[in-house]
Amino acid sequence: MTAPKVALAPTAARTGVWVGIAAITMMFAAYTSAMLVRQGDAPDWTSIHLPGILYFNTLVLILSSGAYVAGQRRLLAGWQAGGTVAPEGIRWLHLTLGLGLLFVAGQGVAWTQLAAQGVFLASNPASSFFYVLTGLHALHLLGGVCGMLYVFSRLRKSARGAVAPPAGAVDAMGLYWHFMGVLWIYLLGLMALRL
Amino acid sequence: MQDTPAGAHAHAPPQGFLRTHVFSLDHKVIGKQYLDLALVAVLTGMVLSWLMRLHLGFPATPIPGLGKIAPTGAPAGVITPEYYLSLMTMHGTIMVFFVLTTAPFAGFGNYVLPIQVGAEDMAFPRFNMMSFWVTFVGFVVLICAFFVHDGPPISGWTAYAPLSAVGGDAGPGLALGQTLWAVAIAIFCVGQLLGSLNFIATTLDLRTKGMSLMRMPLSTWAWFITSVIGLIAFSVLLPACILLILDRVAGTSFFIPSGLVVSDRLQPHAGGSPLLWQHLFWFFGHPEVYIAIVPSFGIVSHVLPAFARKPLLGPKVAIACMVAVAALSYMVWGHHMFLSGMNPVSATLFSVPTLIITIPATIVTLLWIGTVYGSKLRFTTAALFCLGFVSVFVSGGISGFFLAQPSLDIYLHGTYFVVGHFHFVMAVAAMFGIFAGVYFWFPKMYGRMMNETIGKVHFFLTFIGVYCIFMPMHYLGFAGNVRRYSAFTDDYMKSSLPLHQFITIAALFTGAVQLLFLWNLFRSRFKGEPASDNPWEATSLEWSTSSPPPFDNFGGRHMVVHNGPNEYGTPGARDYIMQTDPAKA
Repeated sequence: MTAPKVALAPTAARTGVWVGIAAITMMFAAYTSAMLVRQGDAPDWTSIHLPGILYFNTLVLILSSGAYVAGQRRLLAGWQAGGTVAPEGIRWLHLTLGLGLLFVAGQGVAWTQLAAQGVFLASNPASSFFYVLTGLHALHLLGGVCGMLYVFSRLRKSARGAVAPPAGAVDAMGLYWHFMGVLWIYLLGLMALRL
Repeated sequence: MQDTPAGAHAHAPPQGFLRTHVFSLDHKVIGKQYLDLALVAVLTGMVLSWLMRLHLGFPATPIPGLGKIAPTGAPAGVITPEYYLSLMTMHGTIMVFFVLTTAPFAGFGNYVLPIQVGAEDMAFPRFNMMSFWVTFVGFVVLICAFFVHDGPPISGWTAYAPLSAVGGDAGPGLALGQTLWAVAIAIFCVGQLLGSLNFIATTLDLRTKGMSLMRMPLSTWAWFITSVIGLIAFSVLLPACILLILDRVAGTSFFIPSGLVVSDRLQPHAGGSPLLWQHLFWFFGHPEVYIAIVPSFGIVSHVLPAFARKPLLGPKVAIACMVAVAALSYMVWGHHMFLSGMNPVSATLFSVPTLIITIPATIVTLLWIGTVYGSKLRFTTAALFCLGFVSVFVSGGISGFFLAQPSLDIYLHGTYFVVGHFHFVMAVAAMFGIFAGVYFWFPKMYGRMMNETIGKVHFFLTFIGVYCIFMPMHYLGFAGNVRRYSAFTDDYMKSSLPLHQFITIAALFTGAVQLLFLWNLFRSRFKGEPASDNPWEATSLEWSTSSPPPFDNFGGRHMVVHNGPNEYGTPGARDYIMQTDPAKA
């Protein structure tokens, strides 16, 4: 039996994600420059103490990326061996999704901790940027969760033989998910240094 | 690049009215929806400009019916200064965002780009549909500002902080009206980002076999370059709008400085930077000029050779010029801020690239003129609008030289000179590009020809009209006539009134001429002469399929491209070679 042809070449989906990454990078570059200008301009800048849980959340997001890589490898290996959707690949992707949701929940805990200290969105410029940056990152990550649910639906259809193996979608989704991790590490560094 | 069916259709032919005409995934339907939205928007914007012009020309004369429509803004039909600013804000916002961005870029680009690259649809049809409907919602939210209790905002299309950020204390329309404005523009940004993403992915990945980048028509190049400009520009305006909304509704202080007293009230904000808004806005705002005009560069570069029956002069140079303009557009935003008290060294740093950007713009203009020079031009309406585009673009561009110099700009920036300049170079030039596109692609879109006689009358009257409107504004500006004032009735300004009255009459006349266009547009849609597949004897892929094209664009055929789009004036029985014809020997 010949192995089904699995498209590994760059796809429009991958290009689309790269373009999306460019747009998101530009957006956060705008926030970064706004923050630097605002900080340089203002006598009222009051630094905030970043909640420690953010570092735990960072670890969770890095692990989620690792889980995605593991899942993607198993899925591709399964397809290239001529099989169908590898169940262990799906399990790794489920783990990715779970860790992603855990990250967002952890961010929620960080917001709650700050709020308990009386630090809200409008308390001072540093807290405003903290909530804006973390909130919008979480929103983009939830976009990734939606993308992941779409990938699961394609995988289910593929397992039934209804569609071809969605290698392009899995690849593009992985690119986006890893970017979310890289973006978060950048934001954490920025906030640790400047807030 | 695909070697097989370009962009194999990700969705089946639609069933039912809603899926076919409303929530369609077909790029052709979405392109038409964008053009229809732009038509509604331009008519709205034009009516607003008439109201402004009537008031400027005849400040004491009541406008019939307006007192009933806007009893607060125009008691007894006479527009108040505040309402004048509202009309100006809404006119600018509607025209820049919902006409000059949607029609030449999203409208024509959606309809034509996939066909020109030989694809069956856009790369992401669902995102494409979302792009239109998100934009539509943005338009509805903006229009809602007319119906809220304090009316539309008065802060101009640039919405300068801090007055746009502090709320109702700053004046009429700056409470809910301004919030609606910011939300509408944020929504619009999302729509255009989805559109840009589609344009870029489709151009890079869905080109059919043989369609190398250098074989793409100049119009597709222009839409591609515009989508890259838009991707960056709207990615900055969106965060700016989010921060503005937070200042307005969540009590943050991104743009509101300490100790600001407005309407005798100390504003409960501190430490924000009003200049930060200007930087973020103009980092988007100047590239926006090119988002409006570069698609017209492409349309003119695509349409002119078809009627000159000559290849475009220097197509690679034209592409390089468009890329250069796009890159430079991100280095010049500060020239809108010469009056903000910036360091003279910074002003010079923004002035130099502003002057440099005129070089690629001039080169591409010379290429158009060189293409027409010595040709046997077929004087169709589309060709006339291309020539008109070159004329108004040059007229508006020349006044740009003056404004690029900080010392001159300080005098001219707040005057009608700027109004004349940007209307010529951005608004009218882009509109002429849109008209050229409509007259050129209408037969492909609807399978019928527009009436050429009415079209030519439309062109000549419009061409004369726009010069009568905008050329005198340059003289008014030189004379120190300030802009944004609702009436010039004080003694020292009274001498400008006759010229304002002339401009008002010219504006009403030119607006009325557009009824000819509307009549031609709607009548031809149903009763125009049937169009052949290639009525203009043009070369690119959209002319290799039926008029209008079938659902999958090429009726199941897989187009293979052998030639560039520029093969006009060739020897033989036919003076052109289509892109799908066998390769030249």
